[in-house]
Amino acid sequence: MQYQSQAVAKPYFIAAIGLFVGQILFGLIMGLQYVMGDFLFPAIPFNVARMVHTNLLIVWLLFGFMGAAYYIIPEETESELFSPKLALLMFWIFLVAGALTVVGYLLVPYAALAKMTFNDLWPTMGREFLEQPLPTKLGIVVVALAFLFNITMTILKGRKTSISLVLLMGLWGLAVFFLFSFYNPSNLVLDKYFWWWTVHLWVEGVWELILGALLAFVLIKVTGVDREIIEKWLYMIIAMTLITGIVGMGHHYFWIGTPEYWQWFGSVFSALEPIPFFMMTVFAFNMVNRRRREHPNKAATLWALGTGVMSFLGAGVWGFLHTLAPVNFYTHGTQITAAHGHMAFYGAYVMVVLTIISYAMPVMRGRAANSNKSQVLEMWSFWLMTVSIVFITLFLTAAGILQVWLQRVSTTPLGFMAAQDQITLFYWMREFTGLVFLTGLVLYIISFFVGGESKEAA
Amino acid sequence: MSTQSLTLDKHQPGTPPGDMAIWLFIYAELLAFGVFFLSYAFARAHNVELFNESQQHLNRESGAINTVVLITSSYFVVRAVAAIREGLSRQCAHWLSAAIGLGGVFLVIKLFEFHAKFSAGISLSTNTFYMFYLSLTIFHFMHVILGMVILAAVMLKARRGGYTAEHHTGVETGASYWHMVDLLWIILFPLVYVIR
Repeated sequence: MQYQSQAVAKPYFIAAIGLFVGQILFGLIMGLQYVMGDFLFPAIPFNVARMVHTNLLIVWLLFGFMGAAYYIIPEETESELFSPKLALLMFWIFLVAGALTVVGYLLVPYAALAKMTFNDLWPTMGREFLEQPLPTKLGIVVVALAFLFNITMTILKGRKTSISLVLLMGLWGLAVFFLFSFYNPSNLVLDKYFWWWTVHLWVEGVWELILGALLAFVLIKVTGVDREIIEKWLYMIIAMTLITGIVGMGHHYFWIGTPEYWQWFGSVFSALEPIPFFMMTVFAFNMVNRRRREHPNKAATLWALGTGVMSFLGAGVWGFLHTLAPVNFYTHGTQITAAHGHMAFYGAYVMVVLTIISYAMPVMRGRAANSNKSQVLEMWSFWLMTVSIVFITLFLTAAGILQVWLQRVSTTPLGFMAAQDQITLFYWMREFTGLVFLTGLVLYIISFFVGGESKEAA
Repeated sequence: MSTQSLTLDKHQPGTPPGDMAIWLFIYAELLAFGVFFLSYAFARAHNVELFNESQQHLNRESGAINTVVLITSSYFVVRAVAAIREGLSRQCAHWLSAAIGLGGVFLVIKLFEFHAKFSAGISLSTNTFYMFYLSLTIFHFMHVILGMVILAAVMLKARRGGYTAEHHTGVETGASYWHMVDLLWIILFPLVYVIR
């Protein structure tokens, strides 16, 4: 580790992995509830499990991004963090707020939680992904502002590189778009219109900048390719991301009461959204092929390549599958969406956070790379998790196609629940594959505790 | 003079002029517009009468004048590249200024056209034809502005003597982008204003 203050990334990464486990457990609970409706009822109803599953995902990815930024920025700017103490303080505030929120979801009925947390004063709750009580939302803003202040000040006093500037742009965008979670107009169309700006302008816009920056950083480290070449790629990728993603987000506006032109804008621009993801794949492989050194951390390289491939498949291909308005007319809100959501989140954002953790954790623990034994185990976990997410996606896609047919296309359409009854086989297979995923995740965690001879830090 | 062809910065035969990155950008832009043009054709095929009727109300004269304006500006850009290949920085900057000026003329004419349409109460929601007409032309309008910004940056550098007969990738890069903006209009104008 070149700079002492990079060490603040460690608790962030550990918390991220811990919450990741929680996310998967709740995913499994929910997966079972798909086929055994009263499983754990009334202790954990489906809607609560779903809320915890999605909220934990977003929160652990945020922990991952923050940890990544705290690790990368000192090295890129060639200066210590502006305030490591502030970073640690924010870590605890964020963790406690997050934990209290989840406890609130689980122990108190949602309506009572809303009442307890002053939702009457400023109603923001009750919307998908934005379920957090007002105090939590305000806490997130405080944490995000302190984090951005810390990172921005560090960049201002140090060397300015393209990677750190792109990362900073992505992180600021993340914070700005979160503010729309406080806006809750009574007009349902407007409400939905701006609702999409929080999570979805993240994943189709500013988070892609973060993704590109993290990937570029790790690729520079593990391949030794000239920074100039990597930065040029990064610029082209973010240009394409912004050209396609911002207007492409219009594919969410097809059926919510917005003007009809969104069907054209959304279709045309989002059809191009796979391009930046494809460029990311080509970028990762190209750089690894042109590598000028053999970095001992093979696992990190594998994660980086995996991010390139899986983000293109999950976000690019599976997104394109149902993005054109005439197709989406039939598929919206079905298991096709769930299939896309799973592989896109895993392939793009889960994998890039695991990439940076895989690269940075050994360095923070005083070695260039983990022992061979540990890396082999980590690679096993890579394949188990990646292959099982591919199968989860395939099963959900099959379930989705069947669902669309039974419920929306056939001459004698079934009701929602009747159609669900017909596709339980796929839900069972998805649940089984989810257990394989959990096995991969457990192996991943064990790999941190496997000793053996490791390379000293360079 | 023969050594010049060996310098890296000089345009190599067989490769596109300018920076490689601008070409990826150009291809991406052409793809975006291409998909839009195809969507236009697709939508028109389903509603030929509406498209033909609405098209009658477009101002073809101003569209035609703008075509001449943009093609002329592209010619000026060609002269700018020719000038810098001879090492004539000042002339290069002058030609670029003229091209930027014509870009401005294009924008002004276009603004009059938009003003007339918006005053008549036409919007993106009027009908599918106007949706395409407005989005395509506004989208292109923004590209003209971007092209002018790029040319202005190149022009300022040329004026400072930042390019030489050997090293002038930047001029070729800006010129390539401007020709794309021109090319898009050359397709857009007949497609949306004329063909029926």
